[in-house]
Amino acid sequence: MATQDVIARSATTTPSPSVREQLDVAKLIDTSVCIGCKACQVACMEWNEVRDEIGSTVGVYDNPDDLTADSWTVMRFAEHETDEGDLEWLIRKDGCMHCVEPGCLEACPSPGAIIQYSNGIVDFNQDNCIGCGYCITGCPFDVPRLSEKDNKAYKCTLCSDRVSVGLEPACVKTCPTGAIVFGSKEDMKEHADGRIADLKSRGFDNAGLYDPAGVGGTHVMYVLHHADKPGLYSGLPEDPSISPMVGAWKGLTKPLAMLAMGATALAGFFHYVRVGPNRVEEDDVDDATPPVAAERDERHDADRGGH
Amino acid sequence: MKRDIQRYTANERSNHWAVALLFILAALSGLALFHPALFWLSHLFGGGPWTRILHPFIGVAMSVLFALMAWRFAGRNRIQPRDRQWLGQWRDVVAKRDDRLPKVGKYNAGQKLLFWVLVASLAVLLLTGIVIWREYFSGAFAVGLIRFASLLHAFAAFVLVTTIIVHIYAAIWVKGSVGAMLHGKVSQAWARKHHPLWHDEKMRKKER
Ligand code: SF4
Ligand code: SF4
Repeated sequence: MATQDVIARSATTTPSPSVREQLDVAKLIDTSVCIGCKACQVACMEWNEVRDEIGSTVGVYDNPDDLTADSWTVMRFAEHETDEGDLEWLIRKDGCMHCVEPGCLEACPSPGAIIQYSNGIVDFNQDNCIGCGYCITGCPFDVPRLSEKDNKAYKCTLCSDRVSVGLEPACVKTCPTGAIVFGSKEDMKEHADGRIADLKSRGFDNAGLYDPAGVGGTHVMYVLHHADKPGLYSGLPEDPSISPMVGAWKGLTKPLAMLAMGATALAGFFHYVRVGPNRVEEDDVDDATPPVAAERDERHDADRGGH
Repeated sequence: MKRDIQRYTANERSNHWAVALLFILAALSGLALFHPALFWLSHLFGGGPWTRILHPFIGVAMSVLFALMAWRFAGRNRIQPRDRQWLGQWRDVVAKRDDRLPKVGKYNAGQKLLFWVLVASLAVLLLTGIVIWREYFSGAFAVGLIRFASLLHAFAAFVLVTTIIVHIYAAIWVKGSVGAMLHGKVSQAWARKHHPLWHDEKMRKKER
């Protein structure tokens, strides 16, 4: 079926097919409810039919210990000692945040390899992916991964296939504690408010919602007990945004550079038209003329290649 | 009888044109990834993935051959005081008022400037290119460095392409230069007009 609800398409300067408007969706991950059972990881690989290679434990519960082209979501476990000396597990489900302003899409040079649907899902289309890895360079959350098998970039799709037919993502469906919920972004914010009020009443004064404004908000949001210090959750960025270097690399400088190169070529053309070729009149030269005295320094810099 | 004089040896010419061909391939494949409006250029290389695969290898080959050429030509390209004067009189240069310009040796100041800009931009392109070459090297670098290298790579490429446009135009404009690089010879009159000091030097060598 043709897509009709694309609001952004990588490396494309004309409008994308976008007549169909859809409701903003969001997945809310409540870290205070998550028990780290990894059922969501299993559901993800089951539904998407990707199987990562069996690795080895590296002394932590994270398994695999990083996102890969075959593991689109990974539970990250952080031990945190509170000021009172209590130990807390801060468990975060890592994966694509489905940014409103996606750095991956901004950086991608291949038309249509990354698309953003009007419901907010950022999807990779591996048919168009050329494997350059620019998306990794552009992503403020370090999410996409290139596959060594096929040199295509992969990441969480927010189960765009399920969502497009009215289902919730597989991880949401399977979560046994209800730590992951899915719905309209508005509803999810409301739900988060309730959760945050509850956490505050239980002494988590800094509980809050993670929906970073630096990337225009995200379609995957977290309820954090320590929303003032997202970094505690295995390095969740405090204030993520597209790096200014990526902005300069992919932003206005490109059309300006194109213009400058075109202008240089045009300037040459018009110079030729106005001034004409620089020709030597072969006839006005008398070969018998003795050579003028050469300046000393010129004789001294001999060619290295030798003549 | 008027005798043409040798300006470039067969090795110099072969080296120059090998670099030139690789430059065209590198530039076209690079431009395909530079701006969406030019992505169609990737078709010349067999599609997007092939463009991505080939571009860095072409770039490395170009850099190596360019390094050889730069080594040959570096000695003749040292900037001298009269080069500054020549550059200062660029208005006379573009208006063909050659008689007002300081006498030129084997290369004029514009050619020397071109030479050093090429050396610098190719060095930057090679080094940053390695950093952003995902398939083999990027894993060894921090993302901040990769971002910086990507930006610098694009900038150096812009400088290189613009400079080469000027280089190509100058070669077309100054009649006789393309021939010099194609078959190695220039006429006496050409040498005397454009590179009088070099011409004298050549003549003196012949006398001895
Ligand atoms: S988290 Fe990274 S990969 Fe996901 S949408 Fe944002 S920029 Fe793209
Ligand atoms: S690797 Fe990433 S940036 Fe490159 S074409 Fe594929 S999706 Fe786009």
